[in-house]
Amino acid sequence: MSAVCIAATPIDGQALTQALRDPYCGGFVSFEGWVRNHNEGERVLRLEYEVYTPIAVSEGEKIIAEAKQRFAIDGARCVHREGMLALGDMAVWVGVTAAHRGPAFDACQYIIDNVKTRLPIWKKESYENGDSGWVNCEQPAAHGHAHG
Amino acid sequence: MTDKTLTVRYFALFRDLAGTAETALTSPAETTGELFDALATQWSFAEPRTHCKVAVNDELVDWQHPLSSGDIVLLFPPVAGG
Repeated sequence: MSAVCIAATPIDGQALTQALRDPYCGGFVSFEGWVRNHNEGERVLRLEYEVYTPIAVSEGEKIIAEAKQRFAIDGARCVHREGMLALGDMAVWVGVTAAHRGPAFDACQYIIDNVKTRLPIWKKESYENGDSGWVNCEQPAAHGHAHG
Repeated sequence: MTDKTLTVRYFALFRDLAGTAETALTSPAETTGELFDALATQWSFAEPRTHCKVAVNDELVDWQHPLSSGDIVLLFPPVAGG
């Protein structure tokens, strides 16, 4: 089972948690990112994730390997969605197991922070006012709203 | 300085601005940075290069990476995972 996966269908956090169960580990920390209904003052209706999977997976696996080197953890996995998502859908799941809770918390934060800044994943939000825009991109007025 | 034959793939906002996902072109650019600057001017990319990423033949590289004929260059606007 690859440590990093890009999913076109809903993420099953419970199944992922079960797969990480290990009698050696006394701690499990997970992070779920959900589609929220607002961003920078705009009402968001839905969003679309575009992913360049070959590098998203290879870079994600590097991040997991780094986390295993930096922190005393045992298992770690990350799944990120692609395609159209509705409000409340799970966009990303990170799970980490460790003998003790401290490294599991630290590694989970390390993984999600780096996933957000290093993986080639883009998010296009559709707004209540009919506009849409790529998050984190400065965009010409004709293409939607600016997002700093 | 000789022109190189390259394939350039655009993603997300860059694809919208360039109006295409992929194009074959010839360029005198020696590095990924020189190529980005030329295409940013052509397609009015407003993003600073430092906020963007580039990959050559499916490997993330820096903006000093030398280009060779036949390279497939992937231009990534600022990412927003999670």
